[in-house]
Amino acid sequence: MNRQGRPTGPSVSTGETAGATWTGNKALALDEKLLFELDGWGRTGVDLPDAGLTADRLGGLNRNKPIGLPGLSEPQAVRHYTRLSRKNYAIDMGLFPLGSCTMKHNPRLNEKIAGLAGFADIHPLQPVSTVQGALEVMEQLAYWLTTLTGMPGVALSPKAGAHGELCGLMVIRAALEARGDARSRVLVPESAHGTNPATAALCGYTVDSIPATPAGRVDVDAMVAKLGPDVAALMLTNPNTCGLFESDIIEIAEKVHAAGAFFYCDGANFNAIVGKVRPGDLGIDAMHINLHKTFSTPHGGGGPGAGPVVFSEALMPFIPPAYVVREGQDLRLVEDVPHAQVGRMTAFHGQMGMFVRALTYMLSHGGDGLRQVAEDAVLNANYIRESLKDVMTPSFDGPCMHEALFDDRFLKDTGVSTLDFAKALIDEGYHPMTMYFPLVVHGAMLVEPTETESRESLDDFIGAMRSLALAAKAGDTERFASAPRFAPVGRLDETRAARTPILTWQEPEPKAAAE
Amino acid sequence: MRYLPLSDGDRRDMLASMGVGSVDDLFRDVPQAARLDGPLDLPRHQGELEVQRHMEALAAKNVSAGSVPFFVGAGAYRHHVPASVQHLMQRGEFLTAYTPYQPEISQGTLQYLFEFQTQVARLTGMDVANASMYDGSTGCGEAVLMAQRVTKRRKVILSGNLHPHYADVVDTVTRFTPEEEVIVRRAPAPRGGEDLIGLIDAATSCVVVQNPDFFGRLNDLTGLAAAVHEAGALLVVVVTEAVSLGAIKSPGEMGADIVVGEGQSIGNSLNFGGPYLGLFATRQKYVRQMPGRLCGETVDSEGRRGFVLTLSTREQHIRREKATSNICTNSGLCSLAFTIHMTLLGEKGLRQLALLNHAKTIKAADTLSRVPGVEVLNETFFNEFTIRVSRPAAQVIERLAQRKVLGGVPVSRFHDGHDDLIVLAVTETNTDEDIDALATALTEVLQ
Repeated sequence: MNRQGRPTGPSVSTGETAGATWTGNKALALDEKLLFELDGWGRTGVDLPDAGLTADRLGGLNRNKPIGLPGLSEPQAVRHYTRLSRKNYAIDMGLFPLGSCTMKHNPRLNEKIAGLAGFADIHPLQPVSTVQGALEVMEQLAYWLTTLTGMPGVALSPKAGAHGELCGLMVIRAALEARGDARSRVLVPESAHGTNPATAALCGYTVDSIPATPAGRVDVDAMVAKLGPDVAALMLTNPNTCGLFESDIIEIAEKVHAAGAFFYCDGANFNAIVGKVRPGDLGIDAMHINLHKTFSTPHGGGGPGAGPVVFSEALMPFIPPAYVVREGQDLRLVEDVPHAQVGRMTAFHGQMGMFVRALTYMLSHGGDGLRQVAEDAVLNANYIRESLKDVMTPSFDGPCMHEALFDDRFLKDTGVSTLDFAKALIDEGYHPMTMYFPLVVHGAMLVEPTETESRESLDDFIGAMRSLALAAKAGDTERFASAPRFAPVGRLDETRAARTPILTWQEPEPKAAAE
Repeated sequence: MRYLPLSDGDRRDMLASMGVGSVDDLFRDVPQAARLDGPLDLPRHQGELEVQRHMEALAAKNVSAGSVPFFVGAGAYRHHVPASVQHLMQRGEFLTAYTPYQPEISQGTLQYLFEFQTQVARLTGMDVANASMYDGSTGCGEAVLMAQRVTKRRKVILSGNLHPHYADVVDTVTRFTPEEEVIVRRAPAPRGGEDLIGLIDAATSCVVVQNPDFFGRLNDLTGLAAAVHEAGALLVVVVTEAVSLGAIKSPGEMGADIVVGEGQSIGNSLNFGGPYLGLFATRQKYVRQMPGRLCGETVDSEGRRGFVLTLSTREQHIRREKATSNICTNSGLCSLAFTIHMTLLGEKGLRQLALLNHAKTIKAADTLSRVPGVEVLNETFFNEFTIRVSRPAAQVIERLAQRKVLGGVPVSRFHDGHDDLIVLAVTETNTDEDIDALATALTEVLQ
């Protein structure tokens, strides 16, 4: 049989070397070729009736060249994707300590509810009279979000956190322009997520960076010095990306407002304070909420997310469509606002599938359970921090909030880098912590366990981290330099990938494709 | 609480091991004034059964597409999704994974993204595709920003037959950029005959057209592409119905420089508008100006093939305010659903599916053209067309709904004027009985 494509791994082995196998597989560690190498040319995995088409109305635009898409029968397809799935690490498999990402358990009830025909099989442009239940989901979700944040307005439509940031900053800009006070600068702490400065730039602002204090918080004096009549907003993450609560936040808000600017909060870390602290009480004017972090909708290997934004009263008149309003018994969808300062962020009305999941999660936990979520998330992070502080170097004095930040001082003179340490953690069966972020400490390792880890799971993780820290200090560099040794592939050459990008599969030889 | 593994005993022991008196001591950096001391006005936690009952009651208030004759399209389409797609994408290793920033333990996600990129590039007739955008409309906004970066020009010409929501999103995202914008948005032309070439000048960065267009018409874009290129501008082609690419010439063949698409109709449910899947493809020479994540092939330390996210120097986490876009996520799971469904279809199945859609649409158009008070406007279409009705369209649609027929989208939902037009989509999920039911109900409503 003609197997198109290149060998994919150690499978070129003849099996004659000790430890190797003829297939290249090792029991449950199964190699998998690319789809395009699976002999699927001309095949299909669906049974469709004949179209019975006699004359078309395509206006002469018929596709008459081959597209180049292989097909697989159902058993082949199920096997292909099942094998691929087993090359992924996932929350379902173990603790996922990725700081700033809140990798908590994704309840399966959420998935079941989102799959109900009454939610999954409804169209965004059906008559509004036929989707009152969907609008009620949006109304209830809005109620939970505004109640939990103490902020009266909400835009549900943004598709992800960065999209929410964009919505928030556009609303701020619209409010400033409406009062005839166009401003040009946005202040962003050095420790911010990269999306913050990128969003400010997309809104037409220049970005001015604010340094951190030695205690890992915003340097209030430095911020005040940068405030001025041209500053539109401060964008601050709270708790911040060092895992610390900005203890001067009320003063910061007052100073920002006194300068005529707005206070934008990146709500990525809301999980630490949900049910305990309302951002509205801190003087925040706009904040996006990542439903895929705090409210347990799945990360899905990189999306889809959902990034609703809550607003203070001052910004409410500028919230973009689409949104829901109640008129007695009926819910109405506002899809078009004539002369809106900020227009539609996206087609249709937002990530409904995620709204359903998030609301299901909120109802499961209740207000009381969400408060416990924040407490357990913070407790777990502090437990890790305390259990590792004698062998690793926490960057700041405790306590921390929902994530613990370490730097690489404990690796000094060991020859082991943060990257090596992270890759060695892979060999121990864990996804690494966030590394080299935030940028304000050297060789950052940001550990966020979330509230859905048991004490036993935390203790196992702590054991693995301790063992690695001690091994590094003992000079066992081989364990790090060669890591990961047990992953499906070894360290990948990212420089090569970027220098000569190969972004699509190409037939190895033109002749082979014609077969 | 079923999602919280810590017991009260665990909590006590853990606090004790840290020498901390109570969990509130861990929140000591929170200013006293900001701490909530009482419960919020929210219900208490509930069991799975109670939550399910609550949510099922809400779902039951909606009329699901599968329960009635259903002809609603206009940017989102109901197709049959094979059972194995849902099963595979729900595997925890896909569902509960993160963005593949640690490639050694994310080869599953990375390999399907590489396969997805290849499928999308081939389908659109382009050289490269990214790992997806939030949806087609935001992809369209990003395409315009990209065209402005590539050409260093500001003027944007939007076809009047571009989906109105897409044009709105372009308006929104370009509104606050530092330089002066010139967005030329044409009036809708439901009977075709739109002249865009006359608007192109030396300041034009791009022309954005949709094919099949919002009214379902098919347009040969070859002449437009030539005029756009002659002026040094880019042609952005929007495809809201990905299945159409199985039957009609790809945008790449007709000269597109950037293709953005809504990929929902392959592998994904309607979901009341989201999450959806933005397809984004372009020519090789523009790859470094692309927004969004890209997956690329490389080798590991032993020379074995592997995949990584690449060209990230374009992206916000590296470039911060100088990034090509602020986008962070892609639409991972939706791209997985797309690629699995596309793999099951293969080229053969995709072509069959597309022709089946087309054949059913011809039948529906011919049936409706015989209904008194209905005029079919399209001479050409794929699986969507526009009718003029003798009564206000919004009212007609509402009355059809009362008769348990979801009969399309009144154009007045988007535009002032054209309040006698309805856009209808017909797919393989529609039976002959559905089409007859629509014709009968329309006849009654228009009497």
